[in-house]
This record gives sequence, C-alpha cells and structure tokens, in this order.
Amino acid sequence: MDDDAPVIYGLEFQARALTAQTAETDAIRFLVGTQSLKFDNQIHIIDFDDENNMINKSVLLHDAGEIWHISGSPADKAVLTTCYSKTSENRVLTCAAVWRMPPEWESGSHESPDDSSNNPQTLELLCHLDNTAHGSVACVLWEPLGDGKRVISLAENHVLLWDLQESSTKATISSTATLEGKGQLKFTAGKWSPHHNSTQLVTANDTAIRGWDLRSMSQIYCIENAHGQLVRDLDFNPNKQYYLASCGDDCKVKFWDVRHINEPVKCLEEHSHWVWSVRYNHSHDQLLLTGSSDSRVILSNMVSISSEPFGHLVDDDDLSDNEENQQEDKYTSLSLMYLRLVQYNSIHFHHFSSAQFS
Amino acid sequence: AHLISKAGSVITTTPPDSDPTGRRRVHSMLKLYYGLNEEGTAAEQAESLDPCDINGPHFDPEVYLNKLRKDCSLCELMDHESCMVKQIRSLDSDMQTLVYENYNKFISATDTIRKMKNDFKKMEDEMDCLSANMAAITEFSARISGTLQDQHAQITKLSGVHTLLRKLQFLFELPARLNKCLELQAYAQAVSAHRRARCVLQQYSHMPSFRGIQDDCHVIMEQLAQQLRQKFRDGGSSAKDLSECVELLLQLDEPAEELCDKFLSHAQSRLEADLQGLEAELKDSAFTDTGGGSVQKTSELASKNIPEMANGKLHVFVDTLAARYFSLVERRIQEEKGVGDNSLLVRALDRFHRRLQAITKLLPGSAVPSHGTEIVVRAARERIKQYLSALQTFYHDSLTDVRQALAAPRLAVGGAKLLTSLSNFILNQLKSVLASVHLFTAKDITFSNKPYFKGEFCSQGVREGLVVSFIKFICQSSRQYCESAGDRGGSTPPALLLLLSRLCLDYETSTISYILTLTDEQFLVQHHTPVTPVTALCAEAREAAQKLLNHYVKVQGLIISQMLRKSVETRDWVNTIEPRNVRAVMKRVVEDTTSIDVQVGLLYEEGVRKAHSSDSSKRTFSVYSSSRQQIRYAPSYTPSAPMDTNLLSNIHKLFSERIDIFSPVEFNKVSVLTGIIKISLKTFLECVRIRTFGRYGLQQIQVDCHYLQMYLWRFVSDENLVHFLLDEIVGSAAHRCLDPSPMEQSVIEVICERG
Repeated sequence: MDDDAPVIYGLEFQARALTAQTAETDAIRFLVGTQSLKFDNQIHIIDFDDENNMINKSVLLHDAGEIWHISGSPADKAVLTTCYSKTSENRVLTCAAVWRMPPEWESGSHESPDDSSNNPQTLELLCHLDNTAHGSVACVLWEPLGDGKRVISLAENHVLLWDLQESSTKATISSTATLEGKGQLKFTAGKWSPHHNSTQLVTANDTAIRGWDLRSMSQIYCIENAHGQLVRDLDFNPNKQYYLASCGDDCKVKFWDVRHINEPVKCLEEHSHWVWSVRYNHSHDQLLLTGSSDSRVILSNMVSISSEPFGHLVDDDDLSDNEENQQEDKYTSLSLMYLRLVQYNSIHFHHFSSAQFS
Repeated sequence: AHLISKAGSVITTTPPDSDPTGRRRVHSMLKLYYGLNEEGTAAEQAESLDPCDINGPHFDPEVYLNKLRKDCSLCELMDHESCMVKQIRSLDSDMQTLVYENYNKFISATDTIRKMKNDFKKMEDEMDCLSANMAAITEFSARISGTLQDQHAQITKLSGVHTLLRKLQFLFELPARLNKCLELQAYAQAVSAHRRARCVLQQYSHMPSFRGIQDDCHVIMEQLAQQLRQKFRDGGSSAKDLSECVELLLQLDEPAEELCDKFLSHAQSRLEADLQGLEAELKDSAFTDTGGGSVQKTSELASKNIPEMANGKLHVFVDTLAARYFSLVERRIQEEKGVGDNSLLVRALDRFHRRLQAITKLLPGSAVPSHGTEIVVRAARERIKQYLSALQTFYHDSLTDVRQALAAPRLAVGGAKLLTSLSNFILNQLKSVLASVHLFTAKDITFSNKPYFKGEFCSQGVREGLVVSFIKFICQSSRQYCESAGDRGGSTPPALLLLLSRLCLDYETSTISYILTLTDEQFLVQHHTPVTPVTALCAEAREAAQKLLNHYVKVQGLIISQMLRKSVETRDWVNTIEPRNVRAVMKRVVEDTTSIDVQVGLLYEEGVRKAHSSDSSKRTFSVYSSSRQQIRYAPSYTPSAPMDTNLLSNIHKLFSERIDIFSPVEFNKVSVLTGIIKISLKTFLECVRIRTFGRYGLQQIQVDCHYLQMYLWRFVSDENLVHFLLDEIVGSAAHRCLDPSPMEQSVIEVICERG
C-alpha cells in the first residue's frame, strides 16, 4: 500500500443502503442509496481507482423514495434492485423494484462532472416487485452466481421467490413461504447461500436464524436465540459451505456451523453497541468486517475458522486501499477493501468490493 | 572488754536523770570514749570544728575562756561558773558509780571461774570408771559367740539336706505329677516342671533310680508333645491357645521352621476367615478397629514366637495379609461419603494408624505402616475433595434460596439483608468445614505429626485445595451467570446478579483475606510450596464483581431498551393523534429506573456526580439542532459540493463526543444507573432513526423526551449525557419527520406536568 490516507466521499443525504456491484469485475465499484424524506433520493456510483488512490463518482436519480436496501444484479452490471419507502395517504410502505441504469451515465460523468451534477439522469424502472399483499419489504436478494433471473424478497414474514422475465421487465412470483408463529413475525435480514447450487436461503427474525430449502420452500434448520437480542445481519463464508456469520443488538458477532447449531463456533465481543452488519471478504475468508452503531468498523482476522486455517499470510500488496474509508480499525497493518457508510453517529453498512484483487 | 561493755549497758539501763536528751548525751560520750562511733558521726564531725564546744574533741580551754571573758558580763560569768561547777560535780558522781559497779561484777566473775574448776575434776573420775566397765562387757560377748559356733554349722548343714531331700522328692514325684497335668491338660505346667527337672535328670542319669525317673518322664513328655501336636493340627482353638501351643512345642525342642510354617498357615486360614467376615460386614462403620486388631494380634504373636530365621517368611506373610486388609479398608473409606461427622472418620483412621504403628515396633523392616500412612493420606485428600464439593453444593443451594427469596416478594425487600445472610451462611459453613478438617491435625491424633499432615495437608490440601478452590469456584460460578444468562433468555434475575456482584466485591475487600488468615492461623501453614497469594484471589474476585455488575447493567438496560424498542417499532408514527399525554411506556421506564435505583441503593454506595445546574429538569430542546441547516441549504446534487455543515457536525460528533454505551461501570449507584440509562436512551435513538414520523409523531417524541428529561437527570453522574442523548433523539425524530413542526415548549411542559 502506497499511502495510508483515507479517501473520503461525502453525500449530502444520509444513507443506509450500500452494496458492492457484484457483476462488475474490472473496477472496484460500490452503489450507495440515500435516504431523504423531503428531497429526491439518489444512487451514487462510486468507482475506486486503487492505482491513483482516487474515486470517480456518478449520481443517478431515484425519485421513488428513500432507499433502505440496495443490491446489484450478479449478471448485468446495469441492473439493480432497491427497497424504498413510499409515503402515500399517511401510510409508509416499503416497496421493492428492479431498475436499470441509463446507458449514458458512465461517459457523461467522465467528461464533465459539473454538468452531470446539474442534470442527474434518472434510473429506468424495469418492474415492481409488487408486494401490496405481503407488506413492507426488508430486502431483496439476487441469486448469487446466477444469471440475474431470480430474486428473493423478504416481506414481513413472507419469503417470495421471483422470476424475472423478458429482460427483467416482468416479475412473477414462482413460489412463497410464510413464517408462522406467535406474535408479529418479521424478517430483519436474509442471505442467499452461494453454496449448494444456490438452493439455500438463511433469514433472521428477532433472535432466531432460519435456514430454508428453496426447492421445497421449507425450513431446514432454526437457531433459536442465536443472539440475545435482535439479529441484524448475516453473511456466508464464501469458501466454507456450512459456515455462517451473524451479528446483532447484543453487540456480538457469532460464527455458526449450521450442522451443529447448538453452540456457535466462535463469538466476538469487540463492539460496544449494536452490530448492524457483517461481511466476509470474498477471496480471503479469514477477513471479516463488522460495523456497529458504536461508530466503529472492525476488521477481524479469523484465521482459525477460515478456509486457510494454517495462516496463509495475506500479502499486503494483494489488497488495495479503498474509498470512503475512515481508518480507525484496529488492524492498521492490513489495508483493507471496504466501503462503509457514516450515518448520524452510526455505521450501518459496509461492503467488501467484489472486484478481484490483482 | 565484755565486762566493760556490760557495765556500759548497765549504765544505760540506769538513767542518770530522767531527761532523755541528757541520757543520750551521756551515752554518746561513753561511746566516743570507747571508739564506738556507729551513730551520730555526722553530728560529731560538725561539732568537732568548734574549739568552744565543751563536749567536742577539739575543745580548747584557753579559747573558750577568752571567748567567755570577751562575750559575757560578770553576772553571766558567775552564772556560767556555778553551772559549770554543778556539771563537774554530777560528772564526778557518775564516774564513781561506774567504777564501783564494774568492780563488783569483776569479783562475781572470778567466783564463777573458781567453781567451774572444782566441777571438772569430779567428772574426770566418773569417766575412768565407765571405760573399765565397757572392757568387761566386750570380753563376755566374745566368749558367748565362741560357744555358739558349732551349733550354727550343724543347723546350716541340716537345712541343706532338707532342700536336697525336697528336690529328690520332686524328682520322684515328677512322673505322677506329669501324668496328672496331662490328665488335666495343664500343658504349660507340665512343660515347665519337666524343664526344671530335665537338667538334673540328665546329670544323674548314670544312677539307676534317676534313670528310671528320666525314662518315665520321657515317655510322659512324648505323650504330651503328641497331644500338643494333635491340638495344633486341629487348629480349632483360638489364636492365643495356638500360640501357647507353639511356645510349648518350641520348649520341647520341636523343629522351629516346621512349626513356623504350620503356625503361619494356621494363622493365615484364621485371618482369611476374619477378612471374609469383614468383607461381608463392610457396611459396619466400626470395623477398622476389629480388623486392625486381628492383624496386629497375629503379627504380634508370630513375632514373639518365631526366631530370626523365619523373619523373612513372616514379612511375606504379613505383607500379603496386610495388602488384602488395606484394600478392604480403602474400599470401606471410599464408602464414607457423607460429610456429616468427620470426627468419626478421623477417630477410625487414628485407631487404624495406631495399630499399624504397633506393627512397626514388632516388625521394624515392614512396609505395612508406610502403606497404612498412605491410606490415611489418601483418605484425607479424598475428604478434602468431598468437603469442597459439599461446599459447592451448599453454595448452589443457598443461591437457590436467595433466588427464591428474591422472587417471592415483588419488591426487592432487604437486598442488603439477603446479602449479609448469604455471606454469613457461606462463611459459617466454611468455618465449620475448616473445623472438621482441622481434626486431622489435632494433637492427639497419631498421624497428625507426619510430615504430610504438617506441611502439604495444610498448605496444598486445606489452603489451596479447599479454601482457595472454593473462593475460585465462587468467582467462576459468578462469571458463569454472566455468560449463560445473556444468550439463553436471561434466566438469572438481575437482582441476583447485583447481589453476587456485591458479594464478590465484599470478598475482594475483606472476606478473602479474613478467610485465608483464619486458615493460616488454624493450620499454621508453612508455605514450602508456592501458594496462591491473597492479591491474586482478590483480583479475581474484583474481576468477577466487575463482570457481574457490567452484566447487571447490560441486562437491566436491555430490559428497558426492549420496552422502548417495542414501543417505537409497533406504533404507526405517521398517523398518530396530537399528543395529550406522556406515553405509558415512558412512565414505566421512569418507574423501572426508580426501582432499579432503590435496588442498587440497597447494596452500593451513592458515588459521585457532577454538580447539577439549577434548572436541571427544565431545559428546552433544540429541536432543529440538526435539521434546521438542511432547510437553509438549497438542494444541490453536486457530489463534489462542499460538505454541508450537517455532515461536518456529524463527523465532529463522531470524534469528539463518542459515548461508550456498554462500557464498564464503577462500583457505585450513580455509575450503574448511568450505564443503564445510557443503554436505554441509545436504543431509543437507534429505533427512532429507522422510523418515519408524522407531525404529531414528532410532537409525541418531544413530550416523551421532556418527560424523561424531568425524571432521569437525577440518576446519572453527568446530566449533560442525558441532555445530549435526548437532544439527539428529538433531533433524529425531527429529521425523520415528514412535516416537522415542533410543539410549543410551554405546551410540552404542561402535558408533562399533568402526568
């Protein structure tokens, strides 16, 4: 790494939604969705140039509402989904939609950034994931490593599997599953497993973590009381198919082997407030990034439970620096690849870039 | 000189005049004359310098006269002269009396001496007469003894013959006597009689009559030996009979080795039976006595009887038997599980050990006693372990009791009382256990002076194995409460956590050092091996206390947070009505906080807080703290535009005023409550940030926050913290509001004061 200086990018609105663009393998690219009740919301496309330690940004207009969740298609780098809240007749409902970026955004922003800021281009709506029957959508998940034809949305206590047809302009529900139980059950987070031919889904509701088989749309395991409080986020180990990380309001990050769900494999208690998100690095699964509302992002090096348990040392040169990185993590010796969002005093989301380190 | 002094005494007893001073003066003058100046020397020396002192030794008549002449008038001189004459006259008469009396005494002394001379002459004559008489008496006595000499010799000879005759008679009667003994089975008598006669018979066997007797005896003894052997073989008789039998046979010159083997085999079969009996009645607690006894007795008898050559055999014999015996004893000891009465076990072990010590005396080289000691040591170790586990179960039981006591009444009555009773229970139990264990080292117990019991037992066993382990156990189990409860639905009541935390803290400050000092004193522990220092234990206890308290804060904070979170998440903030009241959940939060305050106040001290400003409860919120600026700025979509102040202020906050939410707390009430309130308000804040509010929703939050403001500031160490967090909540709500038009401060106050 050449220099330690963090690259800072400021948004004028608060933001809670961030994703790495998985289909983009050449550049290190992140998508950020903003939240504003009063003004038109935007999607910022942020490219990080690790050679010059610089960022290039573009802004697209997202006028449907404030964005709570965003994710990019794994197949087409111009396609993305957002979950946005829509206020109508004194009612706030979170909807989901599939969008396509206008083809010109890239060239426009490069030539004259000032112009593009004045005339932001608007996202092109491909289709709505109509959820009026099922309630607010918590998140939309693309089929990992898929062809960009299948998505899952988690709405209240329903799991909805959608097929996107006619180049994503039409969405139909192919199957559903509903979580039954006492009280008002509501999914808070979910993750589509990249293993097992993408037939497994894991969801979180309250303090429980559940695994689902998408072929039968039935529950395959359930970790009750996985966390003492609400479970906020989940992520799969990209290399070890049974390993799962979770985080929650009890300030803990836990690692699970879903074959032995009675006890977590490991438990970290580094944060001093709710842990909002957890992400594995895509190629080095010993690196784990957690963000918390104690205003800290912690990068943990979990060699003992990684796929390379015998300390294959990560060469610093393999890792490039990142954008919007306010460097206050503990592991300063490792430069890392993540983007994080600072909202209010809290850090809500961050992502490892999906681009390959070269 | 004697007489003169006597005369002096006479003079003193006859006073010249009644005036005591005059008498003393005369006396002293006489003394002076005779050089007896034992008294009044000082006075004399004082006087002696004056030449005018008529009674002084340095008296100078000339000087005196001159002085008189110079000083006195004629009349005075006349008087002085007459006085002097009178004195001279009286002195003269005194002197005359003295001379006369002394003379008289001298004469009477001469008379006495003369009379004594006469008496001595008479006595000399009488002495001569006495010596003559004594010479005559001596002569007579010599003559008498000469006449009696012959008769005495004859008498001596006669008595010698008599004894001889008696012996002969014994010999002649011997066969008959032996026969009779044989009939009566008085073998011991018979053997001793025969032994007495044997040598004589041997000596005189050339004489036919004696020979006959000897033959007779021989036959009889042969018969007797036969009988004895028979009896020995039968083996039905008691150990004592058997050993007697062996003894007699030995005296009859039986081959010792053969006897030894036979004896041992008999003894073995007998002991075998004993051991089997023991095995059968393994339940009987008093067995150590009987078993030990039988082994000891056997070996005692054996060693008495068997000469050195059989020593090896005996060792083997004893060892094998003892091994079996020990295994039985050990099994028995292992069954001794109940911890009720330790004294019984100690006594039994003591008796056991004592018996084995006796064996040491009989068989100096045997390994049996050391094995026995090992058993005792093992038993003691086992005992300590049992006590430890008993203490642990006791601790658990008392915690269960406390838990029930906490659960039973709704109010947390007497947290302090429960704490003292709990710690007293534990301490008493520990003391009684120490007392029980102390029995092992009592002075009257034989094994208490073994090096193990003096050193290792006290330091490693009791101190480390029992006391230190127990304290560690308390800390550890306390820590477990923290770990298990958090994940699995908080099964531990928070009050218990608080109580345990205080208990651990008390242990850290005083109890641990007290217990260890007590142990060291009772057991006179000498630390040969390194032991856990008090400080390490204290640190552990403190750590446990801290952890418990942190956990308490976390649990209580989460309970309140949960309430707040549910209340924010379940409400439709967009379509709410204009606030008329403080929401019930806020009242509940304040109530709960107050009850926590009471609960903590019972166990922990107040702690320090920053000075309050005078209007702590009346403070207006800057509703627009973060949202106002945003309105002023025209929306611009320039990503590279200068960052708006809102973000700047946020970044500023990020670095300057970060509040550690789940941070460790101090051991006082204020710090505990600050921690709880921090957690609760932070949760409130986070929940507000992910909701969308309508106009009245914001106003409701304003009312709620003002209400919390009114009541919560008093609990925390720094009220600014509460202000800051509440400001943030209202600010965030305003930011998340579709129609941010805040309520009038005065209206808010009215609503809050109404209740």
